[in-house]
Amino acid sequence: MKEVYFLRCRECGRRYANIPQSFCEECFSPLEVSYDYEALRQSVKREDLTHRAFNMWRYSEFLPLPAGFTPSQAIGGTPLIRSRKLGHQWGAKNIYFKNDAVCFPTLSFKDRVVATALASARRFGFQKIGCSSTGNLANAVAAQGAQQGFDTCVFVPADLEPAKILNTAVYGARIFRINGNYDHVNRLCTQIADRFRWGLVNVNLRPYYAEGSKTHGYEIAEQLGWELPDNVVVPMAGGSLIGKIAKAFCELAHLGWVEPKHVKFFGAQATGCSPIADGVKRNLARFEPQKPNTIARSLAIGNPADGPFALRLIRESGGWAEDISDPEIIDAIKLLAETEGIFAETAGGVTAGVTGKLIQQGRIKPDETTVVCITGNGLKTTDAIAADFPLTEAIAPRIEAFEAVIENRLGASVQA
Amino acid sequence: MAITIEIPTAFRRFTDGVPKVDSGATTVAEALNDLTARYPALSRHVRDDQGQVRLFLNVYLNEEDIRFLGGESCPLKDGDRVLLVPSIAGG
Repeated sequence: MKEVYFLRCRECGRRYANIPQSFCEECFSPLEVSYDYEALRQSVKREDLTHRAFNMWRYSEFLPLPAGFTPSQAIGGTPLIRSRKLGHQWGAKNIYFKNDAVCFPTLSFKDRVVATALASARRFGFQKIGCSSTGNLANAVAAQGAQQGFDTCVFVPADLEPAKILNTAVYGARIFRINGNYDHVNRLCTQIADRFRWGLVNVNLRPYYAEGSKTHGYEIAEQLGWELPDNVVVPMAGGSLIGKIAKAFCELAHLGWVEPKHVKFFGAQATGCSPIADGVKRNLARFEPQKPNTIARSLAIGNPADGPFALRLIRESGGWAEDISDPEIIDAIKLLAETEGIFAETAGGVTAGVTGKLIQQGRIKPDETTVVCITGNGLKTTDAIAADFPLTEAIAPRIEAFEAVIENRLGASVQA
Repeated sequence: MAITIEIPTAFRRFTDGVPKVDSGATTVAEALNDLTARYPALSRHVRDDQGQVRLFLNVYLNEEDIRFLGGESCPLKDGDRVLLVPSIAGG
C-alpha cells in the first residue's frame, strides 16, 4: 500500500521521502510529517474508534507508522479532569486538566513522542537509539528502548535532578552526563547524529517523534465529546507540543471529526527560561535565546528550535504567553495538588500558575472552556519542593502522646 | 592568525565535501562571508533574503551561540572555531 505520509519543509514546502532527517537541505528549516488527507478520510472514520482501546494507538492512521506496525504497549489515554475546586478559586467555570502526569509507562507526555520515534527507528533500521534530554525524554527513551530491545544512549546536562537520572539508569540505558546546559547537550547530539548512524529521537528522527504529541490533542478533543476547547494552556520548552496540539485540532476539523473552531493557544514558561514568552510579550520578530536558570528543568531550553513556530501560533491564534517565578511554580504545584489531587512536576506548576495569571489578566474568560496541559509527574521533581515539607516531630505510639499533640497540630480543639 | 569554520554534513554538497576551512577572518561576520565567497552556492543557505543568518541555523563561536556574544560582529582570535549547526529542539 502506498504510504500516506511523507516529509515536508515547514518553511519552503519542499517535499522529501521518508528519511531520518529533521531539517530541509535548502533552507535548514525543520521538516514535518505531512499526510495525504484525502486517503486518510477514506481509510478511517470517527465511528471506527468506538471499538478501539483508549490509548494513543486509537489514532494510528494519523501517525507516521510503517506498514504492519504493531504497538507493543498501551501508551497515552490519560484522563481529562474537569476542575472541581481550582477553577472556582480562579473564578473560572470550565477548566480542565489534561493529565499526562499519569501517562504510561514513564509518567510524562514524552512517552507519546518516543512511541512514534521508535516505530520509525525500527523502520530505518537503527539498532542504537538515543536522545538529548532535560530528563523526561530520557526516561521515556530508556523504558521503551529496553522493552523493544534497542541499545539506548542518552545525553543529559550533568546537573540534572538525581531522580531523573536514576529513572533512566534503571532501564539499563547508557547515560552521558554533559558539562553544560541543555542547549549544549542538544548541540552535541546534533553533531553526533551528523557523524554516527544512530537514531536520535529528537534529532534525526524528530519529525516522526514530534507527531506523537498530536495524540495529546486528539484525546482532548475526543474527551470533550468531539469538540474543541476555546483555550489551551501549554508548557513550552522546545516549543513543539503547542504546535502539535494545534495540528491535531486542525486535522480533526479538516476531516470533519469536530466542528472547526478558533482555539486560542497560550504558552507557559518559567521566568528563569522564557525566551518564547519574552518574544510574545515584547512582540519580537525573532525570540532572543536565554541562559536557563529555573527549577523547571524540563522547560529549561534557552534556544528553542520550534520557538519561531510557537511565537507565530500564539500570535495568530490571539493567545498569549506568560511566565512565573520559581517560588510561584512551587506555590502552583502545591495548589494543584491540594485542590485537584494532581501532583505535577515543576513544568506542571508552571502551566497551572500561568493559567491562574492569564485568568487574572482577563486573557482567559471565566465562561470559556480552557484545557490546561499537565505534562509530567511530581514524583520526578520532589527535590524542588522537599524544603517546603519538613518532617513533623515523631510521637510515641500511645494514645496519650497523640492527645498531647492533636490540638496543636489541627489548630483547634478536637473532641473524641 | 587563523580560525576554523566547521561545516555540517548537509552543507558539504556545496563545499565539494570539505568539512572545515581555515580563514583569516577577524569577526564572525567576516568568517561567514569568507565561507560563502569561497562557496557561493552556500550563500543563500546561510543567509536569508534580508541578509540575516537563517532563522533555523545556529552559529557558534567555540562553545557559545554568537547571540550571547553580541552577534556576528563578535571578534575572533587565533585558534577559534566557528560552527554552523542546524537548530533542533527536544526536551
